[in-house]
Amino acid sequence: MKHLMSPLDFSVEELDKLFALAGNIEKNPAKYAHACDGRILATCFYEPSTRTRLSFESAMLRLGGEVLGFSEAASSSAAKGESVSDTIRIISCYADICAMRHPKEGAPMVAAEKSGVPVINAGDGGHQHPTQTLTDLLTIQTLKGHLDNLTIGLCGDLKFGRTVHSLINALVRYPNIRFVFISPEELKVPDYITDSLKEKGIPYEEVIRLENVMPSLDLLYMTRVQKERFFNEEDYVRLKDFYILDAAKMELARPDMLVLHPLPRVNEISVEVDSDPRAAYFKQAQYGVYVRMALILTLLEINVD
Amino acid sequence: MLNVGKIEEGFVLDHIKAGKSMDIYEHLQLGKLDCTVAIIKNARSNKMGKKDILKVECDINQLDLDVLAFIDHNITVNVIKDGEIVDKKELVLPKMIKNVIRCKNPRCITSIEQELPHIFLLADEEKELYRCKYCEEKGGTFT
Repeated sequence: MKHLMSPLDFSVEELDKLFALAGNIEKNPAKYAHACDGRILATCFYEPSTRTRLSFESAMLRLGGEVLGFSEAASSSAAKGESVSDTIRIISCYADICAMRHPKEGAPMVAAEKSGVPVINAGDGGHQHPTQTLTDLLTIQTLKGHLDNLTIGLCGDLKFGRTVHSLINALVRYPNIRFVFISPEELKVPDYITDSLKEKGIPYEEVIRLENVMPSLDLLYMTRVQKERFFNEEDYVRLKDFYILDAAKMELARPDMLVLHPLPRVNEISVEVDSDPRAAYFKQAQYGVYVRMALILTLLEINVD
Repeated sequence: MLNVGKIEEGFVLDHIKAGKSMDIYEHLQLGKLDCTVAIIKNARSNKMGKKDILKVECDINQLDLDVLAFIDHNITVNVIKDGEIVDKKELVLPKMIKNVIRCKNPRCITSIEQELPHIFLLADEEKELYRCKYCEEKGGTFT
């Protein structure tokens, strides 16, 4: 029985298969509409995350399956002090597969160790959020046609951004990848990541201003720069506009550059960019459903001929 | 100079960093053994200047070599039979250690889940780096 705890749990070949399946689902949804008839997905969300939970639920419902679960710890037996190990043993009796989000890092792994059904990590604290990474990879694969030979700009909070770290770890497995890290000094990508890139001989550069590097990028992955991450108000005011993507900055970019964002956005991408054909962040949410559908089928070992 | 006699059966842990013998005594739980244990601190050493030595009169199988290797894999383990060294055990960094150190990350599931073992996996042999199996936090504090 396979679980998904980290994006690296799947080899590049397994990811290729997963993305091919997601592509088939996108082209021919009717063929998969009853693939999970009679199956149940449990969404065990110990902290609220509307988008991720609804994306999982949408994926299962579109496969013909059904969904049960809870959306915050207060409405689960955790409020009575039940351990994750005990909860998952019970959930295994009620459902065929489980997506778990938990504020404590490693909780889904504890669940996977005791579970009788496949467990998907739907986010564990600041640690991993593998289905977001799979969504990002599928979006790039589908819209760019490849995951290799790319110059990828990552912009915003690169220090605390879990999705950014996860995406970097997943992309380094593909040949000829180059990273451009765009962030204020306070929010630079952690040393352990740049050290690992150096060890692997993967080129990267670190810059402060987004517009300087726009023309070189195949892909721009935006994240939110939160005011509270700055040491002082002055720095925030001085730097915040560097990290707001607007139509003027988009003019500097290549005609085929893609803009991705894990969402929710606040003000880091100006609404005027939404109508730019290079803005892929809403499509990304759609690919999030396809990749979760493919993941559910893969983990449940359901083949649709 | 103080002399501590030979042991007949058991093992000698040699080349312990000076001052560390009591830590090793604790982590190997030698206090629980019903046998003779000699703790020698600050012995003269050509190689190290000063060193600690532990002499324990019990079966080597009662010793958790993984824990010892995790603490310091440069310690020499001499197995003694009939008063003579019959074997030297090589210490290799264990791939996994269980309940030796505790994860210090307050966001880790080990901080709240009852009776969950604290498991660390060897992430980088060269740097002797261990990470929590669950949250991947580096290092930890001794239990």
